[in-house]
Amino acid sequence: MANTASKLLEVRDLHVEFRTRDGVAKAVNGVDYGVDAGETLAVLGESGSGKSVTAQAIMGILDIPPGRITSGEILFQGQDLLKLKEDERRKIRGAGMAMIFQDALSSLNPVLSVGDQLGEMFVVHRGMSRKDARAKSVELMDRVRIPAAKERVTQYPHQFSGGMRQRIMIAMAMALEPSLIIADEPTTALDVTVQAQVMDLLAELQRELNMGLILITHDLGVVADVADTIAVMYAGRIVEKAPVHEIYKAPAHPYTKGLLESIPRLDQKGQDLFAIKGLPPNLMNIPPGCAFNPRCPMAQDVCRTDVPPLATVTYEGLTAERRSACHFWKETLRG
Amino acid sequence: MAEPILEVRGLVKHYPLTQGILIKRQIGAVKAVDGVDFDLGTGETLGIVGESGCGKSTVAKMLVNLERPTAGVIRYKGEDITRLSGRALKAVRRNIQMVFQDPYTSLNPRMTVGDIIGEPYEIHPEVAPKGDRRRKVQDLLDVVGLNPEYINRYPHQFSGGQRQRIGIARGLALRPEIIVADEPVSALDVSVQAQVVNLLDKLQSEFELSYVFIAHDLSIVRHISDRVGVMYLGRIVETGTDAEIYEHPTHPYTQALLSAVPVPDPTAREHRERIILSGDVPSPANPPSGCRFRTRCWKAQERCALEVPELAVPAEFRGVEGPAAHDSACHFAEEKHVVP
Amino acid sequence: MPEPHEPAEGAIAGTGAGGAMDLAASEATTLTPGGPEGGPGGTGAAAPARSLWSDAWRDLRRNPIFIISGLIILFLVVISLWPSLIASGDPLDCDLANAQKGSSPGHPFGFNGQGCDVYTRTVYGARASVTVGVCATLGVAVLGSVLGGLAGFFGGVWDAILSRITDIFFAIPVVLGGLVLLSVVTSNTVWPVIGFMVLLGWPQLSRIARGSVITAKQNDYVQAARALGASNSRMLLRHIAPNAVAPVIVVATIALGTYISLEATLSYLGVGLKPPTVSWGIDISAASQYIRNAPHMLLWPAGALAVTVLAFIMLGDAVRDALDPKLR
Repeated sequence: MANTASKLLEVRDLHVEFRTRDGVAKAVNGVDYGVDAGETLAVLGESGSGKSVTAQAIMGILDIPPGRITSGEILFQGQDLLKLKEDERRKIRGAGMAMIFQDALSSLNPVLSVGDQLGEMFVVHRGMSRKDARAKSVELMDRVRIPAAKERVTQYPHQFSGGMRQRIMIAMAMALEPSLIIADEPTTALDVTVQAQVMDLLAELQRELNMGLILITHDLGVVADVADTIAVMYAGRIVEKAPVHEIYKAPAHPYTKGLLESIPRLDQKGQDLFAIKGLPPNLMNIPPGCAFNPRCPMAQDVCRTDVPPLATVTYEGLTAERRSACHFWKETLRG
Repeated sequence: MAEPILEVRGLVKHYPLTQGILIKRQIGAVKAVDGVDFDLGTGETLGIVGESGCGKSTVAKMLVNLERPTAGVIRYKGEDITRLSGRALKAVRRNIQMVFQDPYTSLNPRMTVGDIIGEPYEIHPEVAPKGDRRRKVQDLLDVVGLNPEYINRYPHQFSGGQRQRIGIARGLALRPEIIVADEPVSALDVSVQAQVVNLLDKLQSEFELSYVFIAHDLSIVRHISDRVGVMYLGRIVETGTDAEIYEHPTHPYTQALLSAVPVPDPTAREHRERIILSGDVPSPANPPSGCRFRTRCWKAQERCALEVPELAVPAEFRGVEGPAAHDSACHFAEEKHVVP
Repeated sequence: MPEPHEPAEGAIAGTGAGGAMDLAASEATTLTPGGPEGGPGGTGAAAPARSLWSDAWRDLRRNPIFIISGLIILFLVVISLWPSLIASGDPLDCDLANAQKGSSPGHPFGFNGQGCDVYTRTVYGARASVTVGVCATLGVAVLGSVLGGLAGFFGGVWDAILSRITDIFFAIPVVLGGLVLLSVVTSNTVWPVIGFMVLLGWPQLSRIARGSVITAKQNDYVQAARALGASNSRMLLRHIAPNAVAPVIVVATIALGTYISLEATLSYLGVGLKPPTVSWGIDISAASQYIRNAPHMLLWPAGALAVTVLAFIMLGDAVRDALDPKLR
């Protein structure tokens, strides 16, 4: 983590908690990750793993309160976003980084035409006239391959199908050609055949504009299709970080291993699925030591007392950086 | 195949589209399900896959009599159950139960777990005498892998996976022969999905259940099903055993669907052929003529717009032994391997 | 079908204390070491069956807000029935010589414009005001939620007809309607006033009940009950009503205060309660003209009204919360 200047985005030791009626929920507990221009980082995790909260903290759209960033740094192009004033951050949102949400229908304003919503970006950030902004909107809709963009620019979100709406969301995120896109479960709400179209589009635009992409998902299939690097999150921490090919070949954390074994495969009809026993932890009462220890088949005494550091994983043939937060990553790696 | 416990023939459900407030005028119909046939064998799992809006959930609702079909019959052990009412309907309901998709809305938040699982006995008091019910509920909790002492808790005190187990226990209470599961795991986390799928597997052999398993996730359907039906716009387009459908698909829609599923294997990225369909599913209020898939199909010809392809073994495979010879509603059926 | 994406809070609420236990209860390793839940303790199996209502009652008995508001309401009921318990005078025994006088020994609240004792009148006024408020609210709540609930549940033609009828009632201005309808009544009791309030008040409640029944009806648990063969009445009473009642309680308890003040308005206009009936409403409207020189005449009956309304709102809140297991 020495040459941080080269990274487009660098999150360092981020901690986020939520104060609720019932207590303090520790949603993010020391997350470090970074993404370069042109790189796709997949953040994989189940609900409550802190993957979306981290993204919201980066975008600066975390609800505060009840949320609170207790410590950490978010460096974007070398600048710590957490030290900026709100109006300075607002300028970065949209132009510097943009976000795509899961639910395109509720992310679009139902009473404004899609043209108005797309054009708004240019009017606000670029000071364009309404007319020029409209022309730009049509151009964007063409770019995300919405047929008959010229006619459809005046239509309202409900007149578009789910896949088309997600394209509009992508168009909106790309409008100002940001250098970083955060996509939070962008295809989860879509049908399989449409999912493929949208992922393809996203990947293509990313290549064209050489953007960094943080893809937040729970779907191991989508990750395998598009990611360069994977960060697996559990209970607000990164438990494993690796190049995509390595992790599918041999996971170095029992949680990743369990996830990979528990999904049914299209190409084989297995017997019983491997199931990770138990439930994700209660974020108000995270187990001491390794948070995964109550569900881990390999847990020893040390796992119940010591939090495992995100250690560097090394083995022959590994060229990129790889890390695992398991006391027994060597044993896990061996199978 | 074993003796069918359920036979579905020509099942149709049209929802009328109306205009007007007091005096309603029909201006069209959403053809949610438009002629579906299948059999379910005793002890068998039939998987139904399709994308949203294909009518698979409407089929599920008709099977458990939550919707009345516009036309067609559903025969349970030879008897048509679509026109039943009153006592006869209630009796059939004991034998066909449903597991719902959303574990957050399918349990009444203001009832204890004991009341939720015990409700079937209150509705059908002949199944269990009053003094026996509490014990039966605790047995059921145990069967689905929950602590029987949780009987006085409320649904919100459980996680999604545990709630789905409660829903399954409720479905099992009356000892039905058939369980219709509509996307039973799609709302759950990956690591919990496997637990619930395994539970359904275990219960099937323990209670000799027949399942109709409805899902959009092709991998899970393959895992759990003996036979699979693929639905598109209110019709079944291809049906066969799991190996026939997944390894030897002959309908272009099935091929596109299978090829679009992301596979958790990054090495497949480079050499895998993907069929990316253009456009969206047409509106079920105004489906295309002839073959309904023709508007998105790369093989479509004039014939596809004129003739509705019937669901049968296609001509080119007739008389041929082998896995490719299964029912497929396509004029130009052709085998293609798409699963790596 | 999309997989619902849970926000972090959803996951936090997902497992309460003890709920985080492993599904396979026998796995000792799954219990959080040193965790507060520790284990089920083995008492659950012998515990009696509990229901929403018994749990709600247990909750209420321990809720100070419920106890305080309950005591206030009990006190109001008692003095409505037997006002002479705490007021020895006669509310109609007035002496103009005492008009607008302030507090004096034996007359802690002073005298009103007619020289009547304000304390005695406030105590005696409780009967009419509380009767009007409670009966009108009950009538509106019952009529409105039954009609609205049934319309929402069954839908179709009856729903359309009912919705149009409520539209018509909404168009009637309350005060004007009161002037017209109540001016023909000669009865000296509170019942015509209550009847009028129910007549004009139920559409509001029926709209709310209809809406929340329609929302509750769409939940899968209602479908699940139907798939089990549950009758309409079971679905309505067991599944829909408990989940639809909260907004009705809130609106009804707030409306209670409105009805007591509406009674005052109507009385002021001469079509509500008529002397010799004593009510807070009558006294408040009479005193409002003298607020500058003799505020005590207004403050005491108005204060009594405020406390009463507050007590009912607190009671409604407590009941609503008790019926929501999530808040336990």
